[in-house]
Amino acid sequence: MNEITTTRANHLIDPVMGVWHGEVALYLFLGGLVAGIMVLAGLAMLGKPATERSRAASLMLWAAPVLISVGMFFLWLDLEHPFNAYRFYLVLRASSPMSWGAWILLLIYPVSILLAWVMTPDDVRAHWRQRLSFMPQFDAITEWAERNVRALAILNIVAGVALGIYTGVLLGTMAARPLWNSAVLGPLFLVSGLSTGAAFMLLYRLKDAERVQLGVLDMGFIVAELALLALWFIGMASGGAAARGALAVFFGGPYTAAFWTLVVALGLLAPLAGEWIEHRHGTVPGRVTPILVLIGGFALRWILVYAGQYAGLAEVAMR
Amino acid sequence: MSGVRYAMVVDTRTCVGCAACVIGCKTENGVADSYARDWVYTETAGTFPNLSMTVRSERCNHCEDAPCISVCPTGASYYGPGGTVQVNQAKCSGCKACIAACPYGARFIDPNVGAIDKCTFCVHRVENGTPTTSCQEICPTQSIYFGDLNDPDSEVSRLLAKREHYVLMPEAGTKPRHFYLK
Amino acid sequence: MKRREFIRAGSYGVAGAALLGGVSSNWYGLYGNPLPDPQSDGDQVIPSFCELCFWKCGILAHVKDGRVIKIKGNPKDPLSQGQLCPRGAGGTGLLYDPDRLKKPLVRVNKRGDQTFEEVSWETALDEVAENFERIKATHGASALALFLHGFGAGWMRHLFRAYGSPNIAAPSYAQCRGPREVGFDLTFGSGIGSPEITDMGNSRCIVLIGSHLGENMHNTQVQDFAAAIRNNADIIVVDPRYSVAASKARYWLPIKPGTDTALLLAWMNVIIGEGLYDRDYIDRYAYGFDQLREHVKPYTPEWAYPRTSIEPELIRRTARVLAAARPASLVHPGRHVTWYGNDTQRSRAIAILNALLGSWGRRGGFYIPSRMSLPPYRYPGYEPADGEAADRPAPSDYPLADEALAQGLCEATIPGVRGDPKIKAWMVYGSNLPTTLPNPEQTYQAIQELDFLVTVDVLPAEIVGWSDVVLPEATYLERCDELRVASYRQPFIGVRQEVVPPMYDSKPGWWIAKELGNRLGLADFFPWKDSMEYAKLRLSMAWLDCDVLQRDGVILGEPSPLYFDEGAVPEFWTDSGKIELYSQRLAGHGFDPMPVYHDDELEEPPPGYYRLLFGRAPTHTFGRTTNNRLLSEVYAENAVWVSREVARKWGLEDGERVYLQNQDGVRSSFTAPVKVTSRIRPDCVYIVHGYGRKPKQLRFAHGKGIDDNELITRYKVDPIMGGTGMNVNFVTFIRASDVTPEVATDVAAREEVEA
Ligand SMILES: Nc1nc2c(c(=O)[nH]1)N[C@H]1C(S)=C(S)[C@@H](COP(=O)(O)OP(=O)(O)OC[C@H]3O[C@@H](n4cnc5c(=O)[nH]c(N)nc54)[C@H](O)[C@@H]3O)O[C@H]1N2
Ligand SMILES: Nc1nc2c(c(=O)[nH]1)N[C@H]1C(S)=C(S)[C@@H](COP(=O)(O)OP(=O)(O)OC[C@H]3O[C@@H](n4cnc5c(=O)[nH]c(N)nc54)[C@H](O)[C@@H]3O)O[C@H]1N2
Ligand code: SF4
Ligand code: SF4
Ligand code: SF4
Ligand code: SF4
Ligand code: SF4
Ligand SMILES: [Mo]
Repeated sequence: MNEITTTRANHLIDPVMGVWHGEVALYLFLGGLVAGIMVLAGLAMLGKPATERSRAASLMLWAAPVLISVGMFFLWLDLEHPFNAYRFYLVLRASSPMSWGAWILLLIYPVSILLAWVMTPDDVRAHWRQRLSFMPQFDAITEWAERNVRALAILNIVAGVALGIYTGVLLGTMAARPLWNSAVLGPLFLVSGLSTGAAFMLLYRLKDAERVQLGVLDMGFIVAELALLALWFIGMASGGAAARGALAVFFGGPYTAAFWTLVVALGLLAPLAGEWIEHRHGTVPGRVTPILVLIGGFALRWILVYAGQYAGLAEVAMR
Repeated sequence: MSGVRYAMVVDTRTCVGCAACVIGCKTENGVADSYARDWVYTETAGTFPNLSMTVRSERCNHCEDAPCISVCPTGASYYGPGGTVQVNQAKCSGCKACIAACPYGARFIDPNVGAIDKCTFCVHRVENGTPTTSCQEICPTQSIYFGDLNDPDSEVSRLLAKREHYVLMPEAGTKPRHFYLK
Repeated sequence: MKRREFIRAGSYGVAGAALLGGVSSNWYGLYGNPLPDPQSDGDQVIPSFCELCFWKCGILAHVKDGRVIKIKGNPKDPLSQGQLCPRGAGGTGLLYDPDRLKKPLVRVNKRGDQTFEEVSWETALDEVAENFERIKATHGASALALFLHGFGAGWMRHLFRAYGSPNIAAPSYAQCRGPREVGFDLTFGSGIGSPEITDMGNSRCIVLIGSHLGENMHNTQVQDFAAAIRNNADIIVVDPRYSVAASKARYWLPIKPGTDTALLLAWMNVIIGEGLYDRDYIDRYAYGFDQLREHVKPYTPEWAYPRTSIEPELIRRTARVLAAARPASLVHPGRHVTWYGNDTQRSRAIAILNALLGSWGRRGGFYIPSRMSLPPYRYPGYEPADGEAADRPAPSDYPLADEALAQGLCEATIPGVRGDPKIKAWMVYGSNLPTTLPNPEQTYQAIQELDFLVTVDVLPAEIVGWSDVVLPEATYLERCDELRVASYRQPFIGVRQEVVPPMYDSKPGWWIAKELGNRLGLADFFPWKDSMEYAKLRLSMAWLDCDVLQRDGVILGEPSPLYFDEGAVPEFWTDSGKIELYSQRLAGHGFDPMPVYHDDELEEPPPGYYRLLFGRAPTHTFGRTTNNRLLSEVYAENAVWVSREVARKWGLEDGERVYLQNQDGVRSSFTAPVKVTSRIRPDCVYIVHGYGRKPKQLRFAHGKGIDDNELITRYKVDPIMGGTGMNVNFVTFIRASDVTPEVATDVAAREEVEA
């Protein structure tokens, strides 16, 4: 084994890179969650008529603009030069996922708010319409939205998918971080987002029919997520020395325990089992499994953010 | 690529790892306390008493395909004169994507500015009539060479033509402009 | 209005920016990319020379708004040639060290407990003068000793000479170069000097015995060493440690510490036996070849092998490589050679080997330095020193010492060691004795015996804490100094000028000496207004223009031939007028006239102990830079080099913190991390000198790493010239984690006392 010394000791990179922390993990988690909510809401909107929808479900989409704002706030906190944040919006840099992300985030607001408004139960809407009646544009917008509700639903699905994938691609394009550097990360984060989205909804007072439906959907998401995890690992295992070295962080490396217990066992297998049992016995999904899913979803981002920085090309080469 | 293509060459045969280049850079460029744009790396191979050791001075490689630039969402990182990789701190949001994207750990946040700092190849010198970078100027063993790759008569071109050399982590695919003579 | 929106956007961060989502490119010139420019060029660039170590490289100091921004090499200076070592580049770290001595101090409490009161220069200088006069009156001037190091010391030396004390010693002799100077002087009739007269840049083969060039950063030497590498010179490094130099070498000989003389004798054996030496050169210039031939016959490589652990074949091969390159093959004399107490003889062996190779006075070997003379300032002649020098028990001891012995003056201060103490007071200039003289306990003991101790320093070093009066000198960037007249390849005069005015209440050495002189009735010896006036006058006597010197930093003199075959005169100032392979002088004093390897001389480490070796870090000069925050960014503390084998035996992890404890039960005050490495023999450990600083006032360096000197409680004195061999101590490890609270506290306690 070679003996290596370096005089470099730059905070944030040495001895182990630590540029991104909880804020970013939380942002990625909330981004995925919002993506999930938007897609599911969009699908619901394209699906059955409003009459069959529970009040909770009809209000659900409002969570999107709120949660994304929370997420962006945390992202903003992570910036070393927050007052230069406006710089994100003076350019669109095709090669930079983060640049795309910044613009996608902007898209989320109009799209989700409009649809959320259309989905909102009539009594609430009536109340606000007459309160805001002093500005005619408001009615105009409402009518426009109601006329284009299908388009809006599709837009939400599209924006949601874009958002979900972007949260993964943000990390996935970093060639310097073999653990992140995988095409699977985009889909993986999207599916995980959908799963957390569904779980989030299950926390509210939905109709049994809706719960059962989401439960089944979520099982699908979890299975897909497991498949993508497998793909991701296989990709690394069959990759170069660096990739294999990176994979080691989950097999004996410092993140082994956390990953297998929090993400795989607690966050995926347990809820899958739970949902499956509920399904077999025809019982209505409760709130335990969704909570596990949410924990797992957050753990996935948290662990990935740190493990990815730990397993840089150079670092792996040195170990 | 046409025009000037700046590149740096470090002779690992003569580099003794004294770090004069580090101190010389820090004072020339006012690098923040306890941060450095260049550093000394040593690697010892073999077992006693059959040993070999590589000693070299490292810094930003001013990559031709610089991931730090492609990930930058604000355009703060850009290709500057002679194909060097530069940062406009006024544009930098401190999102740190470029730090994560750099395989070489060449970038850091200047705590006094909250923006990225890294080796500039001393463009303030080489673009303004001083032919040397500061680390090159001070090096007591004169192990650092700097010049234009597009000029076949430049010292760097001639050295690379006649001596065995390598770049760091070619597998990262960044096409470094910083070469090491064996 | 858009502007306002922007400012608001800025301050609202993301939220505000969202408003501007649509904004399309190229408004407000927000897209330009000005070249990054640190603006670090000085509006004044002042040439001077460096004092971070003793090599004295020419520098250019960039001053901007009254601050020294950066320090560059002076291309006109023959020593720096425009390049600097890291320490020279980091000089601002000393100038702006927040822990510098700021005002004169007078001790108010018992010695060593670090309680001082700030006083005016008047008070401080009066105090010094009174004590000097009192002691001179009762014991004579010879009861005053001056310890000194560094270029500014000249003024103090002048003061002491004028005052009539013969006791002036620099640890850079008996703890450093002494044996080398004597060994070469005995052989060639002149020493090596500084800068060393080695012609490495032209060598085709270089042998380094220790001499860790590249870690030892004497600038021009390292430049020449690099040139030799570029010229594909064959480099042979003899070192128990795989030094940086060894990593550049064609042959690394990991010799058993302390056995170099055996290797050198074996090399002679091969070179003479195989007739590889320079016959005409020896015939023409050497004395005693026949005796030498007979003398080295028994010292075969096979004989050397069990002693040095170097394979006979390797000894033969390297001897042939060495001889093949002659006369451009250099066996480097080293510099810090006070290792085992038989160092003059080892240096002799090196000198003799060089003679056999015919390298003295030849290109690629040793050049004959060009000198230039500058008339001395005309002072009234010094008083004949009153009394004998006190540095030796009897004048017959260490007969060949050609400078005073620092440790000798220390011993002469302690009652009992030499009967009644002859030394009553010390002045210490730029020498941190407790970390410099072996066996610091003895140094502290001597200090406790003193009537009076005054220290001139720039930092609150160990010695400062024990002083009665502390005089804060201005750093080299804040003062003019004596002119530098250098013999080198091309001789030159260098000037040190005030780059910025002294900070705080610090004063230049010349001023301190002059003020003391005035108080001691020696005003005639300080007739000049200031050192610049002094310099101007001396220069004018040689028709040299001080303005040119101040503008360029140097004035070059006439080069003279450097090599015999280019006209240098082969003169050897020995008794025989020849190169003395056989030394009559040594014989006359009853020493071995030719180097002998005495098997019984070398003590073996007790089981579980390892020989303590020490050296340099490229970014530090002893302890003088370990508090320099700029330089310490690179190596903030030292590490204990431990071979893999030993680490395995002890179960030591890389980076684990340990105390070192020596054969006499002395434990280091602080801990250092273990560096588990293949780069060292299993019978020794290695640390860099200058760490483990005790004074709390050195707020950065305090407690970082281990001080080798604490563990050097034993030293072996060279009978020929009194050098103190310091590589004769053995240490063992004590895990920091195993240290009981009591130990920890008594360590802390000791630290209290000593700090
Ligand atoms: N950066 C820096 N450079 C300096 C200085 C500084 O403080 N810092 N100080 C300057 C001064 S004043 C001096 S005197 C010189 C000192 O520098 P040198 O003259 O090079 O001192 P050495 O004691 O020869 O160097 C120590 C080396 O000798 C090896 N060694 C130890 N014991 C033995 C042995 O028994 N045999 C052999 N063959 N090798 C051994 C050690 O492993 C180590 O590599 O450095 C000068 N240059
Ligand atoms: N254990 C051990 N002992 C050694 C050595 C070793 O390697 N290990 N090395 C030996 C060698 S080679 C030598 S040359 C000697 C050198 O040992 P010293 O003669 O003590 O030389 P330094 O350690 O450089 O002395 C530094 C002191 O001078 C002060 N100083 C720095 N600049 C100035 C200035 O401009 N003016 C004044 N007035 N003071 C200043 C510093 O603050 C510090 O207190 O040590 C010898 N002793
Ligand atoms: S200054 Fe030169 S020799 Fe020293 S580390 Fe830098 S490149 Fe190497
Ligand atoms: S070394 Fe790093 S910072 Fe420099 S150009 Fe390459 S990727 Fe960018
Ligand atoms: S930290 Fe600055 S330079 Fe780096 S990517 Fe972000 S904005 Fe660009
Ligand atoms: S080129 Fe200039 S900026 Fe880059 S390391 Fe050298 S001195 Fe520093
Ligand atoms: S060798 Fe380095 S520290 Fe010594 S004088 Fe020259 S530059 Fe200064
Ligand atoms: Mo020395």
